[in-house]
Amino acid sequence: MAERVLMKGNEAIAEAAIRAGCRHYFGYPITPQTEIAAYMAKKMPKIGGVFLQAESEIASINMVYGAAAAGVRVMTSSSSPGVSLKAEGLSYIAGSDVPALVVNVQRGGPGLGGIQPSQSDYFQATKGGGHGDYRMIVLAPASVQEMASLTIKGFNLADKYRMTSMILADGTIGQMMEPISFEDAEIETYDKPWALTGTDCKREHNVVNSLYLKPEALEITNMERYERYKIVEENEAMWEEYMMEDAEYCVVAFGIASRVAKNAVATARAEGIKVGLIRPITLWPFPKKALEDAADKVKGFISVELNMGQMIEDVRLYTKCKRPVALCNRCGGMIPSPEEVLESIRKAQKGEF
Amino acid sequence: MAVVFSKPKALADVPFHYCPGCPHGIIHRLVAEVIDELGIEGKTIGVAPVGCAVMAYDYFNCDMIEAAHGRAPATATGVKRSRPENIVFTYQGDGDLASIGMAETVHSAARNENITVIFVNNAIYGMTGGQMAPTSLPGQVTQTSPYGRDVNHCGWPIKVSEMLSTLDGPEYIARVAVNNVKNVRNAKKAIKQAFQNQVDGKGFSLVEVVSACPTNWGMTPQKALEWMETDMIPYYPLGVYKDRSAAKEEK
Repeated sequence: MAERVLMKGNEAIAEAAIRAGCRHYFGYPITPQTEIAAYMAKKMPKIGGVFLQAESEIASINMVYGAAAAGVRVMTSSSSPGVSLKAEGLSYIAGSDVPALVVNVQRGGPGLGGIQPSQSDYFQATKGGGHGDYRMIVLAPASVQEMASLTIKGFNLADKYRMTSMILADGTIGQMMEPISFEDAEIETYDKPWALTGTDCKREHNVVNSLYLKPEALEITNMERYERYKIVEENEAMWEEYMMEDAEYCVVAFGIASRVAKNAVATARAEGIKVGLIRPITLWPFPKKALEDAADKVKGFISVELNMGQMIEDVRLYTKCKRPVALCNRCGGMIPSPEEVLESIRKAQKGEF
Repeated sequence: MAVVFSKPKALADVPFHYCPGCPHGIIHRLVAEVIDELGIEGKTIGVAPVGCAVMAYDYFNCDMIEAAHGRAPATATGVKRSRPENIVFTYQGDGDLASIGMAETVHSAARNENITVIFVNNAIYGMTGGQMAPTSLPGQVTQTSPYGRDVNHCGWPIKVSEMLSTLDGPEYIARVAVNNVKNVRNAKKAIKQAFQNQVDGKGFSLVEVVSACPTNWGMTPQKALEWMETDMIPYYPLGVYKDRSAAKEEK
């Protein structure tokens, strides 16, 4: 049996990153992700890595940009208000096609918001955040094990597609402890001939850049980038289905909300309600196919979220509004109870959406 | 026949986009000559700014990265910490370095980040068409200070070299100018020192180059050089503001 260790979610991310070969971490303190930085500060100097506390989130993401351009596996972590500050760098990283891993352990917003768990950065993560046309691979862990495995996966995907992978976690999973294993981790490595290494006077110079003053050139660059995004959409969507085989109603939830929802689904089943759960693991690419297929089978959907209703827009989009979609939500750092979700399922069964 | 003058190897053979009379060409050349003389082209990585020198990534033959506005020292930090064996320099203007990027500048200096910063101070935003810079002189007329910079309204110019030299962190801070042959020669000496310091692992070295912007100053190139002499340099005195190693030797 695989060796299991008890870890906090945030620490699992840090340890997984190190195991994935990340030796460069640049960050700035913010609650509730501090354990990641603390872990890195302790470990990196012992293994020949770099932990650097930057003067701001803006500086830290631009350090990530430089390190990514230099060809190393690099990451930063923050929480919602800090990720807003990183948006500038996220756009440059996307526009320059360099790979990086960015962690957002979400807290309630907008503004300074609160420090309790939230999922209210769904739009920011999946629809943009920074300026310009770009995408990030957005991974949504629902357990401490996934905090680790999706971090490793995130590094692999970032290098493979030369883009940012974002771990979109929340304060609950960041803070909770569960036993996990690192034994199944597959570390992939990719050549980086585009990286800044110095020419050694033996090759043409490499330029990492997002400026294209000729509109024709910028258009072509963006279109080529979206061809790559299309491949990501076709190949990398991940989701979990729970009790969906004969389901008449479908709950859609990710991250910590999916854990609550799963409990509610199990209870509803015991009451005889045929309900299942689709849990997106990648929020971008969104598991379109799972939703499309479900729309042909079920009578309605319930989107369970820790925000004012953000993912629900994608649920409606990818089910082509064929079925009604109810919202079961709490926000501001509040989490719905299994009973609240159960009540939404009961209402759906009565046709109340 | 002996070659007495040629293009530095580190400079690409492409036309620059700079305005007639702009000293960026001189400063680029000085940086390239230093890279040649130190034999470091193959391991140098340059960081271009946002501003007039934004396309510097096309003008130097070494590997280059284009940073976000003001973030060049942070980006350079990321590169240098990943590849400490490489030589990393930034090339930034006054808006980039002393306004939007002041935090990155101060903190990379405080960390004594082992990078070389070439800071071109021409007291104006050039690329965007001549707006007031953090280094615009009191009374200076710009697009956004059309009645002259009123220090009671928008504050005083920032003397970057003086300010940074108060920090314990940086190794070397010098201010030079490129308005005449003697000053150009001194500028090259300081730039060479700033690169040599990095080669020797000594840390953060910044050379502030007092420069001109004939186009946005609304002057002929000749008149702009005169204005540097009569107005800029008196406000921004030239000299070495900090040289930790030299100070140690003296002791």
